[in-house]
Amino acid sequence: MARVDVRKTYKLYIGGAFPRSESGHSFEVLDAKGRFLANAARATRKDARDAVAAARKAFPGWSGRTAYNRGQVVYRIAEVLETRRDQFVAELVRSEGTSAAKAGKYVDAAVDRLVWYAGWADKIAQVVGNQNPVAGPYFNLTSPEPTGVVAVVAPAGPLLGLVSVVAPIIVTGNTAVVVASQTHPLTAITLAEVMATSDLPGGVVNILTGPTAEIAPWLASHMDVNAIDLAGVTDAELATSLEVAAADNLKRVRRAPASEPDWLETPALAAMTDFLESKTVWHPIGV
Amino acid sequence: MPTQSTTFDYAPAPESRALVDIKASYGLFIDGEFVDGHGDAFKSINPATEETLAEISEADDADVDRAVKAARRAFRSWSRMPGSERAKYLYRIARIVQERSRELAILESIDNGKPIKESRDVDVPIVAAHFFYHAGWADKLEYAGLGANPQPLGVAAQVIPWNFPLLMLAWKIAPALACGNTVVLKPAETTPLTALLFAEICQQADLPPGVVNIITGAGGTGQALIAHPDVDKVAFTGSTEVGKAIARSIAGTDKKATLELGGKAANIVFDDAPIDQAVEGIVDGIFFNQGHVCCAGSRLLVQESIADDLLDRLKRRMSTLRIGDPLDKNTDVGAINSGEQLKRIRELSEVGDAEGAERWEVACDLPTKGFWFPPTIFTGVSQAHRIAREEIFGPVLSVLTFRTPAEAVEKANNTPYGLSAGVWTDKGSRILFMADRLRAGVVWANTFNKFDPTSPFGGYKESGYGREGGRQGLASYLKAGA
Repeated sequence: MARVDVRKTYKLYIGGAFPRSESGHSFEVLDAKGRFLANAARATRKDARDAVAAARKAFPGWSGRTAYNRGQVVYRIAEVLETRRDQFVAELVRSEGTSAAKAGKYVDAAVDRLVWYAGWADKIAQVVGNQNPVAGPYFNLTSPEPTGVVAVVAPAGPLLGLVSVVAPIIVTGNTAVVVASQTHPLTAITLAEVMATSDLPGGVVNILTGPTAEIAPWLASHMDVNAIDLAGVTDAELATSLEVAAADNLKRVRRAPASEPDWLETPALAAMTDFLESKTVWHPIGV
Repeated sequence: MPTQSTTFDYAPAPESRALVDIKASYGLFIDGEFVDGHGDAFKSINPATEETLAEISEADDADVDRAVKAARRAFRSWSRMPGSERAKYLYRIARIVQERSRELAILESIDNGKPIKESRDVDVPIVAAHFFYHAGWADKLEYAGLGANPQPLGVAAQVIPWNFPLLMLAWKIAPALACGNTVVLKPAETTPLTALLFAEICQQADLPPGVVNIITGAGGTGQALIAHPDVDKVAFTGSTEVGKAIARSIAGTDKKATLELGGKAANIVFDDAPIDQAVEGIVDGIFFNQGHVCCAGSRLLVQESIADDLLDRLKRRMSTLRIGDPLDKNTDVGAINSGEQLKRIRELSEVGDAEGAERWEVACDLPTKGFWFPPTIFTGVSQAHRIAREEIFGPVLSVLTFRTPAEAVEKANNTPYGLSAGVWTDKGSRILFMADRLRAGVVWANTFNKFDPTSPFGGYKESGYGREGGRQGLASYLKAGA
């Protein structure tokens, strides 16, 4: 007789822990053929606010770490993801209905993407910051700093898409609240398990699952969120309303792309610089 | 008593107005020519005397459309012109600004109310420097770190404030043109004159028609310009409230925006600071340009142990400030820019009284005509007071105290704004500790209110986004090339 398998409960990822939604609600996640896969937690406004609070709490510590250390942590995420390659291939095959070969290519690319960004941690300031030769006896230096708490509406690409938007945000010292793809939320929660075991401090990445059109407006209007990435918003009307709400505290907004990008391509620097501030420090020179 | 005045009696040394020829009326500058606007004309007055200076055309929606169309037409050739050729026009403009610097400075002081020594020694020289700096970028954009073949955005709609009329024009127009964009710029309704003189400078430089268009009017004209569907880029300097309205209005469009908005900067003085230099920096931080400065050091955070001594010295120094005729070369503090702004400064100061803060102001005779407010400090201010939270945009300083560096950081960052901050201490490691933790786009350590074309300027949080000046400022006017 076949063994009865033990199935996983997919929960939220907030502040390094995996709570159920405070609502006690869930929603059905289907595979590519429309068959039941699992129930995912249906995040509420309170869950979203808890996630923002966790991200804010984590921000001083994470942004205050050395760039070298942040790079090592992101590299560690890549290491752990690599060791769980088979699991992610199986998940992608199940949820997207793709071939194992194609799924493997995307998992490999996600690992490589994390390694690529890990290397950026201690280089981005050298590339986008500089000294300024002001006309006077002053030392003047411009350096990039993380914007703060960034809300992310994740793209449909369940693993590579998600990694490609979240890694550039956190590697520079921001913390993130992610609304997982509504159609493919399970991979995001499995990725959270990877992050939770990769020395990533709790609260640096928080993941909510549920209806995008319901959760994203709470984040867009939240006054303690500094920026929002609309990468996964496909409905133009929703995108506009999120951008309008974001203006309440002048969030930095990365607008939704016209269509989902080819995540296999090498990213542009803007993936990082869109969520960086330039700080310029002056000091007189004298004896 | 520290409050006694030690001001010497100086004979007035007024700058001659003869150099400036103010016309009775001004039109709009569209497609290289001055044309009549079709809205309701308005008057620009001298805030120091309330005399009418000129009648100014107001651009209506059709005028805005004409200006944007002119900019669009000009964009085709301007964007394709070799950068080395665009550069020459910007160099020409820089040179003409220098040649006509005295005239520009006088006109600026007449229309704005700022002291001639500031318009002459700060505003106009930085205007020339800004054009000169950006001219040099025009043929070097591929080295700006924005990709191999960066492209201009198109037509830029630029709306600027009244506090640094010509300087803000330069901050907007110079990078836009260097990057190959064309512009429609609207100066503030109370200070349009130097922008209109700048239009003449564009003619003298033989700048191709339509590359720079200057339209005048009030908020409605600015809204129409920003809302125009053929605008690719919006650049605004002004209040946070209007900045938010702009961000909402361009939601769902492809327009890019740079917003440089309000501030409530902390100027933090530690007990080991070079105290006399700090006093100069505090005075410069809040009384420069009558406090009409978005990055003004309007919250003084002073370490408790030196607060009494510092305030004594500050009051003594403030008592030597000369307030009056903006055209007098001795004047330190000029006129408030408008009756409306004066009303707001008075109202917020009265709120300061009502909430229990203690007001001290310089004892001085203010002119009977015009708009004036004496340099003022409030002590006993708590973080909850409105004068500690809201931008007054006038010569009013709120004084708070702190005990530890951590408390100073906490208080300094306890604001929705994040434009600038000041730190005064002799300890290098403490400067860097503070500079790391202050959430502000510009940190002045042992100095304040310094500006340079090479140095990026702009805010965190609700002080807006995007940078102006420096290599980083170019990103506001370029996109990645194909």
